[in-house]
Amino acid sequence: MGLDVNWALDWLKLSAKAMSEHRMELIELDRAIGDSDHGENMDRGFQAVLQKVEETPPETPGAALKAAAMTLMSKVGGAAGPLYGTAYLRAATSLGEAADIDAEALAEALAAARDGVVARGKAELGDKTMIDAWTPAVEAARTAAAGGSDPLGVLEAAAEAAETGAIATDPLVARKGRASYLGERSAGHRDPGAASTALLLRAAAAAAGSSDTGTDAV
Amino acid sequence: MKKLINDPRAVVDESVEGFGMAHADIVDVHPEPKFVVRKGAPVAGKVALVSGGGSGHEPLHAGFVGLGMLDAAVPGAVFTSPTPDQIIPATVAVDSGAGVVHIVKNYTGDVLNFETAAEMAQAEGVHVRSVLVNDDVAVEDSLYTAGRRGVGGTVMVEKIAGASAQRGDDLDTVTAIAERVVANVRTMGVALSGCTVPHAGTPSFELADDEIEIGIGIHGEPGRHRIAMESADAITDRLLEPVLEDLALASGEKVLLFVNGMGGTPQSELYIVYRRAVQVLAERGVTVERSLVGNYVTSLEMQGCSVSVLRLDDELTRLWDAPVHTAALRWGA
Repeated sequence: MGLDVNWALDWLKLSAKAMSEHRMELIELDRAIGDSDHGENMDRGFQAVLQKVEETPPETPGAALKAAAMTLMSKVGGAAGPLYGTAYLRAATSLGEAADIDAEALAEALAAARDGVVARGKAELGDKTMIDAWTPAVEAARTAAAGGSDPLGVLEAAAEAAETGAIATDPLVARKGRASYLGERSAGHRDPGAASTALLLRAAAAAAGSSDTGTDAV
Repeated sequence: MKKLINDPRAVVDESVEGFGMAHADIVDVHPEPKFVVRKGAPVAGKVALVSGGGSGHEPLHAGFVGLGMLDAAVPGAVFTSPTPDQIIPATVAVDSGAGVVHIVKNYTGDVLNFETAAEMAQAEGVHVRSVLVNDDVAVEDSLYTAGRRGVGGTVMVEKIAGASAQRGDDLDTVTAIAERVVANVRTMGVALSGCTVPHAGTPSFELADDEIEIGIGIHGEPGRHRIAMESADAITDRLLEPVLEDLALASGEKVLLFVNGMGGTPQSELYIVYRRAVQVLAERGVTVERSLVGNYVTSLEMQGCSVSVLRLDDELTRLWDAPVHTAALRWGA
C-alpha cells in the first residue's frame, strides 16, 4: 500500500515536532561553525508550515509538500529557507497530483529534492553541507525501492543513510556555506544542515509508521 | 546573557518599530512583511536602491535609507537573511519605473533569497539588477569557500551608488558604479570578543582575555585564526597588510579609509586604529582623501573593528561627497 496525504501531513507535523525538540541542538551545531540561527529558523519555518496546512488543507501528498515549500521559501530566510523550500518544491513536482505514492515514486521524489538543493546551493558531496545527508539517503532509497521494499522500507533506508551521512560530516572541512569561512577549523563539527536533513527524513519514516527512532543525528 | 530586550523573539520587531518612530521624518516602516522605505518613495524617474540582510548589523541597512543612499532596506531575523516575501514588496514599493538595484552582501542565504526575489520582481515587471558585495579579504581561497563575504565596504557601495542614482543616472550606470566600488574596496576585521545572538543565549565564540580572532565576518562567526592579543598598532598592521596587498595600491593613489567598529568598541579606540592606518598608508605614498570612523556595520555587541580601504577616483570622490540624509550618515543635506 502506498502513502497518501495523511502521511504527508503527519510528516510535516513530525518534522515540526523534531525541529522544535532539537532547536537548541541545531543552534549549538550552528554556533560552532556558523551563526547560531539554524535551529531557530527551522523551528520558526515548520511552525509556519503547520499553520499553512491547517488553514488550507491540501488534498494530495504533492500539494502538502508544495505548501511546505512555499512557506519555507517565503518565511524562513537564511540559506535553509530557499534550500529546503526548493527541495520540497521539487519533490512536490515529482509527485504530481498522485493521491497514492508507491516506493519508486517516493525514491524519485527524494532524488528530485536532492537535485533541487544541488541546483540552488551548488554544493557537492563532501563539501560538508546537507547534500552529505541527502545523497546517501537518495541512493539508499533507490536501492530499497529497486529491491522491492515498500514505502516504509524506502523511508527507513533513507533516514538511516541520512543519519550516517550527517555523522560522517564531522571530520570534513567545509567548502560551501558559512562554515567554509573557517577553513580547516570547521573540521570536528557536524554540519547543522546535514543534521536537520537527517531529522526530517527520520520524521518521514516515522510518519509512515516506522517505530525506529534512529541513531542520534544531532 | 544581559541584554536590553523584552523578548528574544521580538527583538527585530521592536527595534525596527523604534527606529521608525525615531526617524519618522526620513523613513516609513512597513511592519508585515517587514521593510523600511525612504519617505516619499518611489522618487519619480530615479533608479531605486534596495539592500537588506540579517539584523544585528545596525545601523546597516535601515540606517542608510534616505536621500542620496538607499530607497529601501529589508531586515531579516538576527543574522538571518530576509525572505523573498519581504524583498519583493520592498522592491515593488520603491520602483519608479526606472529600475531597482539590489545590493547584496555575499553570504549564501542573502544571495539565495535576493536571487529568488529578483526573479519574482522581474516577473512583476520591475527591472532588477543585482550587485554582489564581496570585500572581505579574510576569505582567502574562493574556490573552496562560499566566496568572499560582503562586510564594511557595503557602506561605500550604498553611499556612492546612492549618489549616482540621486543625480539621475540610469540603471546601467548606477549598477556599473556600484560594481566599480565593489572592485576597488577591500576589508579585514578582528574580534576582541564574540557576540550573543538573543535567541541563542550564549556567545558565538569565546575568547580568552589574551586572545583575538583575526579575519572575522559580521555574523559572530569565528574567523580564520586566533592569535595572542597585541597592541592596536600591531593589529592595525595585520589588518591592513592583506587589504593593501589585494588592492595592489601604488604610490600616489588616493583612498577612502574606513575604520568600522563591530558594536562594542569605543570610538576612541577606533581613532587609535585610524591613526596607525593613515601612517601605514603614508609610508606607501598613499593619500587618505576621505575618511569614515564609527560603528556602521556591526555584529551586535562584539568588540573589534574592521579596516576598509577604497581606491578613489575623482568621480567616486564626488559621489562620496554628494549630499546624504539618512539616520546614520548625513552631510550636505
